[in-house]
Amino acid sequence: MSKLMKIVKTPIILENPIVFQVLGICSALAVTSKLETSIVMALAVTFVLTFSNLTISLIRKHIPGSIRIIVEMTIIASLVIIADQIIKAFAYNISRQLSVYVGLIITNCILMGRAEAFALHNPPLDSLLDGLGNGLGYSLVLLIVGFFRELIGSGELLGMQVLPVNTEGGWYYPNGLFLLPASAFFLIGILIWVLRALWPKPGQED
Amino acid sequence: MSVDSTAKTIRVALVVCLVCSVLVSTAAVGLRGIQEKNKEQDKLKNILIAGDVLDTEKDIREIFDEYIQADIVNLRTGKIMTKSEYTEVLNPETFDIKTIAKAPQYSRKLSTEENLAQIDRQPNYMVIYWVKVQSQKSKVILPIFGKGLWSTMYGLIALDRDLTTVKGFTFYEHGETPGLGGEVDNPRWKASWIGKKIFDKSGNLQIEVIKGNVNPADSRAQYQVDGLSGATITTRGINALVRFWLSENGYGPFIARQRGMQ
Repeated sequence: MSKLMKIVKTPIILENPIVFQVLGICSALAVTSKLETSIVMALAVTFVLTFSNLTISLIRKHIPGSIRIIVEMTIIASLVIIADQIIKAFAYNISRQLSVYVGLIITNCILMGRAEAFALHNPPLDSLLDGLGNGLGYSLVLLIVGFFRELIGSGELLGMQVLPVNTEGGWYYPNGLFLLPASAFFLIGILIWVLRALWPKPGQED
Repeated sequence: MSVDSTAKTIRVALVVCLVCSVLVSTAAVGLRGIQEKNKEQDKLKNILIAGDVLDTEKDIREIFDEYIQADIVNLRTGKIMTKSEYTEVLNPETFDIKTIAKAPQYSRKLSTEENLAQIDRQPNYMVIYWVKVQSQKSKVILPIFGKGLWSTMYGLIALDRDLTTVKGFTFYEHGETPGLGGEVDNPRWKASWIGKKIFDKSGNLQIEVIKGNVNPADSRAQYQVDGLSGATITTRGINALVRFWLSENGYGPFIARQRGMQ
């Protein structure tokens, strides 16, 4: 049991795919200008990652080496389209803000990375949990970045005014830089710095 | 049989493709109804917002049927089509601006000088919406679109009955930078359009979106709308598309004809 828990927990912080492997940061830059879109994106990636790992692991003994990557891509792409369709049907406004980025989950390196590195060599339950753990790790970073970008960039959280902004007669001057993708670079950079300082990578010298 | 044999490879590829395509098409077909309804609702809602008749307590379709009357205008002649002239495509219920603007038989290519709004092709027909209060037409809502910085912006401009004053302004679809060009969604900015004059006394097109803030003391202030700070290109795009659609190449003939009828 503790082994399974470990599979889920390790990638959340200690081996976080964004912080320690610097995978999947493209979408982390694009969709995090608001907390709401970050949450939906985090859910979508976690969903796709969990089930792609499970599916690939289930058929891992039948996948011929020569078409391995194509089979993985097909499964990932199908799951992404399903996630996209569900978001369009049940969260229409958010789907408009996310626009192409849900579709671009297909190219998120975390998915291929986990399929190749884990799901191909491990039993289904372990793979499912590994997908879940990595999804949650990705989600954690997305939520932290989304939280700060929305708060600093527009003085809001989930669309509700938290800091009284100057255009409405308050004291807070929103920092527009935080609404641009570049600010996510800074935030992720700071996050990587803090986390790596707290939990150094094995072999990492200072 | 080994996993890597040719037969096995082909079989696995076929099965994976088959299963995946069934799943994807099931999701797409099964959810299409809800998705179409979302789009429809969103469109109606924006028309109601532009016409300032949205009431969150009531069903959107109900308010729409009560207050709004849709017509199709021939942009070249400015004439409103009669119901008997409606076709499958040219029908207020099914009218889709994007489809019409692409179809060669329903649109025309704009020359470089005409292409202010950077839309390349302009529909020959547009759907317009009358807002009726006690069965009297009180406002008209005109769909407009054009390029911003990143995206084609689709919006609605509401004019009063004499077609000289802005009564409402909104974009229902755009992909501008949130917080900068995306401030087109800011209710305060949208409200700043209300009451602006479009034409001067001799009927020349005067409305413009300027860079920076309007000086209320300026004699042109009644024609000017504040630009969006930090969004120069989006602001320029809005200025161009509003002026394009209200000019001779846009709704000009329709506006002239309506004036003549009064």
